[in-house]
Amino acid sequence: MEIFGVPLPALMGQLMLGLVSGSFYAMLSLGLAVIFGMLNIINFAHGALYMAGAFLAWMGLTYWGISYWWSLLLVPLAVGLIGVVIERTMLQWLYKLDHLYGLLLTFGLALVIEGLFRYQYGVSGLPYAIPDELSGALNLGFMFLPKYRAWIIGVSLTVCLATWFIIEKTQLGAYLRAATENPQLTQAFGINVPLMVMLTYGFGVGLAGFAGVLAAPAFQVSPLMGSNLIIVVFAVVVIGGMGSILGSILTGLGLGVIEGLTKVFYAEASSTVVFIIMAIVLLLRPAGLFGKEK
Amino acid sequence: MAKPTEYLRVTGLHAFYGESHILHGMDFVVNRGECVSLLGRNGAGRTTTLRAILGLTGKRSGSVMMNGREIIGMPPHRIARLGIGYCPEERGIYASLSCEENLLLPPQVGSAGMSLDEIYAMFPNLAERRHSQGTRLSGGEQQMLAMARILRTGAKLLLLDEISEGLAPVIVQKLGQIIRQLKEKGFTILLVEQNFRFAAPLADRMYVVEHGQIAAEIHQHEIEEKREFLQEFLGV
Ligand SMILES: Nc1ncnc2c1ncn2[C@@H]1O[C@H](COP(=O)(O)OP(=O)(O)OP(=O)(O)O)[C@@H](O)[C@H]1O
Ligand SMILES: [Mg+2]
Repeated sequence: MEIFGVPLPALMGQLMLGLVSGSFYAMLSLGLAVIFGMLNIINFAHGALYMAGAFLAWMGLTYWGISYWWSLLLVPLAVGLIGVVIERTMLQWLYKLDHLYGLLLTFGLALVIEGLFRYQYGVSGLPYAIPDELSGALNLGFMFLPKYRAWIIGVSLTVCLATWFIIEKTQLGAYLRAATENPQLTQAFGINVPLMVMLTYGFGVGLAGFAGVLAAPAFQVSPLMGSNLIIVVFAVVVIGGMGSILGSILTGLGLGVIEGLTKVFYAEASSTVVFIIMAIVLLLRPAGLFGKEK
Repeated sequence: MAKPTEYLRVTGLHAFYGESHILHGMDFVVNRGECVSLLGRNGAGRTTTLRAILGLTGKRSGSVMMNGREIIGMPPHRIARLGIGYCPEERGIYASLSCEENLLLPPQVGSAGMSLDEIYAMFPNLAERRHSQGTRLSGGEQQMLAMARILRTGAKLLLLDEISEGLAPVIVQKLGQIIRQLKEKGFTILLVEQNFRFAAPLADRMYVVEHGQIAAEIHQHEIEEKREFLQEFLGV
């Protein structure tokens, strides 16, 4: 069976790969959006912390025998803790200043973190084995689906939707939305906003760390993996707009799929298609697809 | 009558926004169960007084005693937790929250707050609009919501900033009734107003604020004789 001259298994394969990239875009842009809403900071260190997450998983396994499953739990906590330290020692002094200061500081941090890993491990990339439970593929009849790809898509969707649910449907989420919209008044109601800001940053980068662990078996663990990804993720954020949680999830997944399909139909454009879409969106809807016009 | 107990005492309060010095030594007292009004012209510093009590201005000095405790050094969320409810001048309804989420947002800061049922009985409009986005409510409804949301929390001291501003006469009347009900329930109220006719029948005492200081104190029994002077002073 063929669609537009492309055999179905090849098409489905690329679609799955697109969804895998889209899962990472969604998790990372979600964290960026949550952090931007609450801290007013464009977190350029996001990619570096994603990379640090992958490395921590690799180091955990290599040096201390910490399994993939434990890493999935522990690494996000560790990266979140690093985030809390960054927030307390550096970011908290920047909230009243222009976005630019936060962007420059986190950009500098990204270079430092990346530099440290590069110095220690070089740029060639280290392998991380897929855990036994998730190796192999499922035969779906029309295609073979590698289990680990299905796992990435399933887990990241679950995490994204859980985040969305917490923010939009719970009391804690109401605090978050209120503190994002009007921090002073929210604090005057008795809510500890500075604490929430700190934990939000920790959560946002913890999510990047989690994505890093998921990425470790799928790609090579390399100091450059973060900066390669984060450029596309920023384009995703521009396309989706900073306004909406669900928006950043959908945009992330959608662009992953578009990228995947472009590989099938016009491979030459596959690495630029996201930026072309970004340019078009900027022309037609500068606030992004889900952003609110000011 | 028992001797009144002081609930809020503000002494020599100075407050700044950045470099601008706005409050120049405010001194006043609100006793438990009293309704005290701060009157003044635009820009006199009444809103700033409320914000300085809550710790929302820039640098502050002087003393703010709440129920016998010094609160001037505390961060805003701890001050609120001592039992203060704040209804800001701009109402502060959240666009990202529904009407009911707005209502349920402020955490419990004291015991025996009003229940949701009591609140909906007092403000039937809010019950009807509970699922609407907060900022889709009409101006009057938003004002009701801003009031209602601090009654649930068990706060005993209410700081109300120009709640009658820009509302239709019927709604202003309704707000007057609500303030009376709240006084009967034993709330202590600091009512910032420019609308003398609204404040006069509600306030046990009034302070006139000018240039960031208290210019005069007026007791209930003096309100009638000073009415003309005050109305002229406030320019209404
Ligand atoms: N955020 C701010 N930054 C700098 N100055 C401010 C700020 N807010 C208020 N002011 C100044 O402080 C002074 C007192 O303002 P405030 O809002 O307390 O007055 P008000 O008595 O509440 O009057 P209004 O009727 O306008 O509400 C004004 O001169 C105002 O310009
Ligand atoms: Mg005012």
